[in-house]
Amino acid sequence: MEKRVTFKGIWLPILLVLPQIVITAVFFFYPAGQAVWQSLFIPDPFGLSMQWVGLGNFEYLFSDPYYRASFVTTAVFSILVTVVSMGVALYLALLADRLIKGAGAYRTLLIWPYAVAPAVAGVLWLFMFNTRVGVVSWYLGLLGYDWNHVLNEGEAMGLVVVASAWGRISYNFLFFLAGLQAIPKSVIEAAAIDGAHFWTRFRTIVFPLLSPTTFFLLVVNIIYAFFETFGVIHTITSGGPQQATTILVYKVFSDGFVGQDLGSSAAQSVVLLFLVSILTVVQFKFIERRVHY
Amino acid sequence: MATVTLQNVRKSFGKTDVIHGIDLDIADGEFIVIVGPSGCGKSTLLRMVAGLETVTSGEVRIGGKLVNDVEPMDRDIAMVFQNYALYPHMSVFDNMAYGLKIAKTPRSEIEERVASAAELLQLEPYLHRKPRELSGGQRQRVAMGRAIVRKPAVFLFDEPLSNLDAKLRVQMRLEIKALQRKLGVTALYVTHDQVEAMTLADRMVVMNGGVADQIGKPLEVYADPQTAFVGGFIGSPPTNFLNAGLIPGLATGNTIGIRPEHLVLGADGRLQTTVAYTEALGAETLIHCRLPDGNQITARQDATQRIPAEGETIGIDWNDGDAMLFDAGGRRTGKV
Repeated sequence: MEKRVTFKGIWLPILLVLPQIVITAVFFFYPAGQAVWQSLFIPDPFGLSMQWVGLGNFEYLFSDPYYRASFVTTAVFSILVTVVSMGVALYLALLADRLIKGAGAYRTLLIWPYAVAPAVAGVLWLFMFNTRVGVVSWYLGLLGYDWNHVLNEGEAMGLVVVASAWGRISYNFLFFLAGLQAIPKSVIEAAAIDGAHFWTRFRTIVFPLLSPTTFFLLVVNIIYAFFETFGVIHTITSGGPQQATTILVYKVFSDGFVGQDLGSSAAQSVVLLFLVSILTVVQFKFIERRVHY
Repeated sequence: MATVTLQNVRKSFGKTDVIHGIDLDIADGEFIVIVGPSGCGKSTLLRMVAGLETVTSGEVRIGGKLVNDVEPMDRDIAMVFQNYALYPHMSVFDNMAYGLKIAKTPRSEIEERVASAAELLQLEPYLHRKPRELSGGQRQRVAMGRAIVRKPAVFLFDEPLSNLDAKLRVQMRLEIKALQRKLGVTALYVTHDQVEAMTLADRMVVMNGGVADQIGKPLEVYADPQTAFVGGFIGSPPTNFLNAGLIPGLATGNTIGIRPEHLVLGADGRLQTTVAYTEALGAETLIHCRLPDGNQITARQDATQRIPAEGETIGIDWNDGDAMLFDAGGRRTGKV
């Protein structure tokens, strides 16, 4: 029996997918094409004319120490965001999995931060750590620690990592909890009878059985850290101090719209386009070949 | 090898009492089957012996040692689960070796023990496969192997055969029995299948609603059930229960139970019935008859005996020595 819906003509199916195609074309293909095109030119400051430079923008870009430093910054930032958000989420999921009473309330509360937009999350953390009026920095001051993420690069990085990871913990928590609850209870009990204590069981049984979830979250979180943390960085540090928190996506914005170097900004977009393509391929390959036990 | 002793063991989940005080003494090397319908508390009882459930009150002793507060891993037991509970990401070898590795057994000894268990269970060709690449019967064997290699004092089985098809179940039943005899390990086996209970048990515990209705050797329990429940649960087809008021000379309110094989069909008899339908099983035929009061009664006839036709009116009789008398509460009050 044919389970798919079949159409007789060609026009109805086209009409049905048209909205999606139009949206993709207008908001993705057109700007992406523009970026590729613009990356080959240098416009004059008033945008009246463009000069063909071929791959000159890319050559300039990769010889720019700030751009290369931005790669390192992005890597450090992404790894930290991923490790922090996944580590905390896994820990909380392990606790929630053992919980019997009040599990529903606990889960609901943990999921809330996911509903907060990145820029708003950034502002929340900024208020708490504001060097003059922030409640956390004030208490740190009482303890004798002078918190100043506006001047201190490490503190700035730490703050944007925490603010970015915070909302993400909810998302990861949901997946980890679902993964943990999919492990049959009797397998854990069998391991307990076999002599494995909690930590041994986690290391030899739970974590291996959770690996499909973990790998999925790893890819998704890296992509998140790469591209969706713009709002957090913009509101908290604007990429500073001294570009210490300027990740690749932020540099596209600051070079293009603040620095008005549209050619370089376009070239950076193209580089990012390549990066995201690679990550997407990895992700899809993985999802299709997802390990099932 | 060890004895297992349960002393007034009770279990409550919140305010619900699940097990209302069980006493049981299991001798070293004995095969005990706990049998009962679903929800009677038999799995809970087993899990309390395993240490997977806490004991609300009473005492559980293994090898004479009180184990109420001892972790499962320190009780010297091994358990075979209904769904096998194999570690899906490990090979058959690693599944069996897991407990030994944790106990830091030397590598050579692990290999030796796993190899001998694999030989015993005919698992040698599959040692490098993952559980998902095995059939149900093979997974069952791996679960057994995992229990064997640890050389525990007590085997615990939680409905280990209920996920297998009928033919394989009979075969595995025999293998489990042979294995337990060979290893001489004390075994506690939970099942809802009275045939498994009858065939495997040295002694069986018939549970009903959190109470052990009767504990005894299978044939003794079969011949002499202490409650109407036991009489009805053990034996297939089940015991016929008749209102004693139907039979001349007996007091109403009581019930008599007669096993199908003890009914004698003939022209006369204490009861006149109509044959409703017959089921020919080959060696024997079950004859379901309708009594005047509308109740049904089942008789078993050998293939050599005359089988009445459906719709025929026949007499049913029995020896008084075969009839069991139960009071209104279902308690056995003696022979008729």
